[in-house]
Amino acid sequence: MNQARVAGYEVVSRQDFSDVTFLLEVQHPQLARAARPGQFVIVMASEHGERIPLTIADYDRERGTVTLVIQAVGKTTREMQRDCRVGTRLVALVGPMGVPSHIGKARKVLCVGGGLGVAPVYPQARGYKESGAYVIGILGFRNRDLMFWEDKFRATCDELIVCTDDGSAGIKGLVTEGIRLAISKHRDIDECVAIGPPVMMKGCAEATRSSGIRTIVSLNPVMVDGTGMCGGCRVKVGETVKFACVDGPDFDGHLVDFDDLMFRLQRYRATELAATERFNENCRMRSLTGQPVVAE
Amino acid sequence: MPGDARPKKKTIRMIPQARTPAHEQDPAERACNFDEVNLGYLIEDAQLEAERCLMCPEQPCVAGCPVGIAIPDFIQRITARDYRGAYDVITATNLLPAVCGRVCPQESQCEGSCTVGDTLEPVAIGRLERWVGDMAIRERWSNVPYIQPSGFKVGIVGSGPAGMACAADMAKAGCEVTVFEAFHEPGGVLKYGIPDFRLPNKVVDAEIAKLEALGIRFECNTLVGRLFTVEQMVEEMGFHAVFVGTGAGYPSFMGIPGESLNGVLSANELLTRCNLMHAREFPDYDTPLQPGRRVVVIGAGNTAMDALRVSRRVGAESVRCLYRRSRAEAPARAEELHHAEEEGIEFHWLASPVELLDDGKRNVRAVRCIRMTLGEPDASGRRRPVPEAGSEFEIEADMVVYAIGTNANPIIGQTSKLQLDQRGYIATDASLATSIPGVFAGGDIVTGAATVIEAMGAGRRAARAMKAFLGLRDTDHLYCDAAVEPGSRMFGIDRAERGFARIRVPR
Ligand SMILES: Cc1cc2nc3c(=O)[nH]c(=O)nc-3n(C[C@H](O)[C@H](O)[C@H](O)COP(=O)(O)OP(=O)(O)OC[C@H]3O[C@@H](n4cnc5c(N)ncnc54)[C@H](O)[C@@H]3O)c2cc1C
Ligand SMILES: Cc1cc2nc3c(=O)[nH]c(=O)nc-3n(C[C@H](O)[C@H](O)[C@H](O)COP(=O)(O)OP(=O)(O)OC[C@H]3O[C@@H](n4cnc5c(N)ncnc54)[C@H](O)[C@@H]3O)c2cc1C
Ligand code: SF4
Ligand code: FES
Repeated sequence: MNQARVAGYEVVSRQDFSDVTFLLEVQHPQLARAARPGQFVIVMASEHGERIPLTIADYDRERGTVTLVIQAVGKTTREMQRDCRVGTRLVALVGPMGVPSHIGKARKVLCVGGGLGVAPVYPQARGYKESGAYVIGILGFRNRDLMFWEDKFRATCDELIVCTDDGSAGIKGLVTEGIRLAISKHRDIDECVAIGPPVMMKGCAEATRSSGIRTIVSLNPVMVDGTGMCGGCRVKVGETVKFACVDGPDFDGHLVDFDDLMFRLQRYRATELAATERFNENCRMRSLTGQPVVAE
Repeated sequence: MPGDARPKKKTIRMIPQARTPAHEQDPAERACNFDEVNLGYLIEDAQLEAERCLMCPEQPCVAGCPVGIAIPDFIQRITARDYRGAYDVITATNLLPAVCGRVCPQESQCEGSCTVGDTLEPVAIGRLERWVGDMAIRERWSNVPYIQPSGFKVGIVGSGPAGMACAADMAKAGCEVTVFEAFHEPGGVLKYGIPDFRLPNKVVDAEIAKLEALGIRFECNTLVGRLFTVEQMVEEMGFHAVFVGTGAGYPSFMGIPGESLNGVLSANELLTRCNLMHAREFPDYDTPLQPGRRVVVIGAGNTAMDALRVSRRVGAESVRCLYRRSRAEAPARAEELHHAEEEGIEFHWLASPVELLDDGKRNVRAVRCIRMTLGEPDASGRRRPVPEAGSEFEIEADMVVYAIGTNANPIIGQTSKLQLDQRGYIATDASLATSIPGVFAGGDIVTGAATVIEAMGAGRRAARAMKAFLGLRDTDHLYCDAAVEPGSRMFGIDRAERGFARIRVPR
């Protein structure tokens, strides 16, 4: 019955940036029209799948598509990496969720993306550019092979600093290195947007704290519904508890309790690992026998 | 007395004295499965129980029912073996008998007012209602297949009982109805909250299939407010009227230390993972559920009972309930509380948590509690719990579940100009009209967390106001008459409906 009701959302293009990161462009004209920088969607790749949140990395109102950039880290995302080909359909795609980022009157901004955060910071960089701000992009990757969208950012930002852990591209060091560089060069930065893994956002918030630059981070706690119904996504911001899916996902980085976030992300670690292991095992069996293996 | 044609008035002495028990799964067995606990009545049970109704002329039970089901009337039809008639009487006011028969708090509504209850146990009205509802699902009965298109488009936001009821009434009034639901499946709390052992999903699906048969379209994966706003529905998308029934999500926490420890979650999260996302069937389904060995649930409403009993079923060794008042004040349905006790749930009445303790690795290890005594009645009329100084104690726990109520879901408020009340719920007038013309609201998003039957009643009330707003004839009224007056139907068509040209909607 559900099958008939849910026609699904078609994947119209796919691009693989590396062996862990890939991009899906999905058809959903209504969503493409409604999406704003900073918002995310919840996806179910299959009937038995988990609901996972993914940031809207880009949207194209003409083509009627939204773009998701995904890092294969566990069962669901690895399965998507394997199965989501052009022409296949996602069972569920709902959004745009979350409060859109407030692109204010800032004159000079830092848009910092670390690893996977590079994709979701793009619509913000573009938003600021469109509002007339001077945009300094800072992108961090582990090495040159994992880099993507450098061209897109070059076309949008007024300045771009690329950082890699091993120095294989741009400057050697973390994005916080890039931030320090930018701050020393520009005394008049009034805003910073940082998206990436929690430790990276924590680092960015520390890097800007002393110069008092307003720093917005986009939090990624474990979510289920994305509509404020379960409270699984609660985060500590200053003295208050917020639900990231409806009160965020953007918060003031100088107030967020990142340690709390990082611990809470581990909540389902044991079961997740078991699922990933089972998935890997299945894939191995499949490649040995050439046959799909169904989990018992 | 021979010759006297009048049926003798029944008295309390003449009826079966004991309430007919429902068939139930054995407690030990059911604590390990998700199959329904209460297996309901067989036909002979229903007959026997129907005998117990005195057919009181003053019908206190009807007054006790939030939607005023013609209770003695449907019971009388069971006695007369006119089961279809019984179904028609119920559905004249209640769209979801199979659901409400299972989940209504009958002891504080119809059964609580039943005359028989003054002396004996009241007539088991809920079980009879459910029996009729189940028979209708089995026999595929469904009412009102004649619909004359009115040309109006109606949008419903949220597919819980409020939205479902409003949708049904508007579809019957000939409107083209679309229900938008944020989740990937319709049903609201009936699907994601109330577990299968109390209300099987197939019952909810059957009711939804009936709505689809009326021509109602369900659009899931649609977050209204964000994908499009309520204002856009009215101004751009061509909806002539909109009903908002988005429920009261947003679970409350207490704000005591330790709430962000791992292992602490809301009942909504636990239940959604388990019911809607099938985490209990992990790894066949992908959504994980943290296995709690020693579970403590805070609260004693229906949500708490569900969280307790779900925890038991997914294998917790000990499951404890913590409530700051006593058993008498517990807001859960009597049957659920009783079933929970039978399943070995430990209840700690008059105790409240003050702190959640850490195992040093950010996991919860124990709950520090304080004993309470009951003082003077508060605003709600219940005696206020007062902490007893120096009575603190600890309960070990690796999972703590909050079931202490919910607040208004903020999304519609964030994204529309709808006027809200001070608590953040949507403000309406008595007819459930909101501050935007053509937009109505009802259910938990207006009243705060309440009951299925009240949400359903609100959906129907809003539908009546919507019809008036659209200038539609109140078809409701006619069907009501038809059901109450025997013989007012000819070949299944209301006599009053003669002369109206109607087309049949393809099933
Ligand atoms: C607002 C938001 C935006 C996000 N945007 C992106 C994005 O653009 N691209 C991307 O690749 N990832 C993004 N994520 C993270 C992504 O949702 C998780 O990587 C994904 O859920 C992992 O699922 P899995 O089954 O593959 O891995 P698992 O093995 O299940 O989990 C790996 C880790 O991912 C995290 N995680 C697991 N389940 C969830 C969940 N339901 N919600 C959130 N985090 C979870 C946990 O930290 C977990 O330890 C975002 C998360 C949030 C909350
Ligand atoms: C665990 C639990 C057990 C309960 N047990 C009982 C019981 O035994 N008896 C009883 O009478 N009552 C019980 N209740 C209460 C009862 O379920 C609710 O009062 C009733 O479901 C409210 O109905 P509703 O239609 O207002 O909202 P809901 O049933 O909450 O439905 C609202 C729907 O709207 C959707 N929605 C929300 N926001 C949006 C949006 N922006 N766009 C689109 N869709 C949206 C939600 O996903 C949801 O599906 C229980 C509640 C819970 C949580
Ligand atoms: S109050 Fe009880 S006995 Fe009287 S009519 Fe209602 S159900 Fe029957
Ligand atoms: S994801 Fe459930 S409340 Fe935010």
